[in-house]
Amino acid sequence: MELDELYQDIILDHYKHPHNFGEGDSSGVVVESENPVCGDHIKLVVLIDENDIVQEVKFTGSGCAISMASASMMTEEIKGKPLSEVKKIINDVLDSMRGDRSADALDEHGDLAALKGVMKFPVRVKCATLAWHAIKDALEKNKKKT
Amino acid sequence: MPDQIIESEIMSAQTIINVKKIREDFPILSERFTSSDGKGKSLIYFDNAATTQKPQAVLDALLNYYRHQNANVHRAIHRLGERATAAYEESRQKVARFINSPSTREIVFTRGTTEAINLVAHSWGRKFINRGDEIVLTEMEHHSNLIPWQLLAKEREAVLRFIPFSKANGTLQIGNLDHLITEKTRLIALTHMSNVFGTINPVRGIIQKAHDHGIAVLLDGAQAVPHLPTDVQELDCDFLAFSGHKMCGPTGIGVLYAKEKFLEDMDPYQGGGEMISSVWLDKATWNELPHKFEAGTPNIAGAIGLGAAMDYLRAVGMDKITLYEQKLTTYALERMQKIPEMKIFGMAPFRGAVISFYLGQIHPHDMAQYLDSEGIAVRAGHHCAQPVMRKLGIPATTRASFYFYNTYEEVDRFIEILKKAREFFGYGTR
Repeated sequence: MELDELYQDIILDHYKHPHNFGEGDSSGVVVESENPVCGDHIKLVVLIDENDIVQEVKFTGSGCAISMASASMMTEEIKGKPLSEVKKIINDVLDSMRGDRSADALDEHGDLAALKGVMKFPVRVKCATLAWHAIKDALEKNKKKT
Repeated sequence: MPDQIIESEIMSAQTIINVKKIREDFPILSERFTSSDGKGKSLIYFDNAATTQKPQAVLDALLNYYRHQNANVHRAIHRLGERATAAYEESRQKVARFINSPSTREIVFTRGTTEAINLVAHSWGRKFINRGDEIVLTEMEHHSNLIPWQLLAKEREAVLRFIPFSKANGTLQIGNLDHLITEKTRLIALTHMSNVFGTINPVRGIIQKAHDHGIAVLLDGAQAVPHLPTDVQELDCDFLAFSGHKMCGPTGIGVLYAKEKFLEDMDPYQGGGEMISSVWLDKATWNELPHKFEAGTPNIAGAIGLGAAMDYLRAVGMDKITLYEQKLTTYALERMQKIPEMKIFGMAPFRGAVISFYLGQIHPHDMAQYLDSEGIAVRAGHHCAQPVMRKLGIPATTRASFYFYNTYEEVDRFIEILKKAREFFGYGTR
């Protein structure tokens, strides 16, 4: 059934048991992002150390299974990685979702491959990208801060 | 309800309306979807508050217009022009009859409810609303009966006040009205029936009270006119706005009803052809009512289609439509409330066939997606009523809305799928 491609087990698992959910260290970079059309809302707190490594990333918010699972997967994927690598992952996700490149780019990023199913449901793409736009904003904000 | 009572309920509902026969009039209702497991799924259309489906009679009227009547109205000397004009104006008569307006001079064709309200805000509001004047709305308005007044209030430095609604059952807290009305109140604009809660507001009493204070009243009839018998003389509203596409008519056509004395006093909405009488290079005089408010070539086919829709609804009977929908809605509400963790927004004693809900923690987008995979079309979102959602403290709801062609069997299937969705998203076992 098509629906199973959208709500893959990995996605439902992240939705029901989100990773890195909660308030983060208040000294981190804080960004909020929302999708006014459906009211999905996410708040990220990102802690980047002096070696440009993502020490910690936490999220809170509310939204559909796709947006919350995508946020959970995002935090899991970028935590502990250097900024250069994180930027590449962000671009891979956003470019694939936009259709600018083959979604196969997601295969090398573990659980993120599950997001490929979303692309068959164009109206849900913005749900999946909410957290990724938020982390992109967070990195921009961090750049300005330093 | 015990099974026997349900059976007799369904039987009695079927004596009100022969739904099976009615469904044959709507070609789209026999659409089927094939899912990837190869099973065909029939369409269950529960998004009627957004737009309704069209009977064959309306499709025929549109085709007939383009095949046999197409010409511009009110200008041509030729025979086609006469036919088009006659058909267009006949539709205006049908509209007047449908809402019991005494004169076609009070029926202005617009693009829809939104344009009708904007027309009043522009042509009446800018002329009669002055600095410090007050406009009373309700907290449950669709954006289309909120934003035009926000724009007007900003421009004229007027003040907006709001009749609150109860979070418990989605009814207006009408006791507040006495405090909200002041000597500066010029207009009360409110919805006859909420597109989120389904609440049918006690507009008759509000209108009487407003008129006691010399205040004009605009009714947003987008949800009410398609589902309830409407008599503007009995209601005594000064303005009534509604859309064709929510009552079996085409999109892009709607109606502003306004009392003649209001239309006479108002300035034109848009300038152009048709709305003028005599034009000089530096000045013009206006055409008579209602043409003064219909600049440019109108949506002729749309108006004719709307006339056909009204013929169709009259033949079914608006009182029967109301009664059948009330029964179907009561049945659906009763069954939905038995599902654990079901929260329904809007439990007014007088309500129409609009049901907004939230099941457990399942986000409305996920719910709507799941229902769609089973062929059930509902709406998920804020329903163009963001202030309502904010007050309820939720981002969105899922909304099922019925029309007289929906059946008890469809409601049963809907309930079954709601239960499946609850299991799918992990709330069945908790």
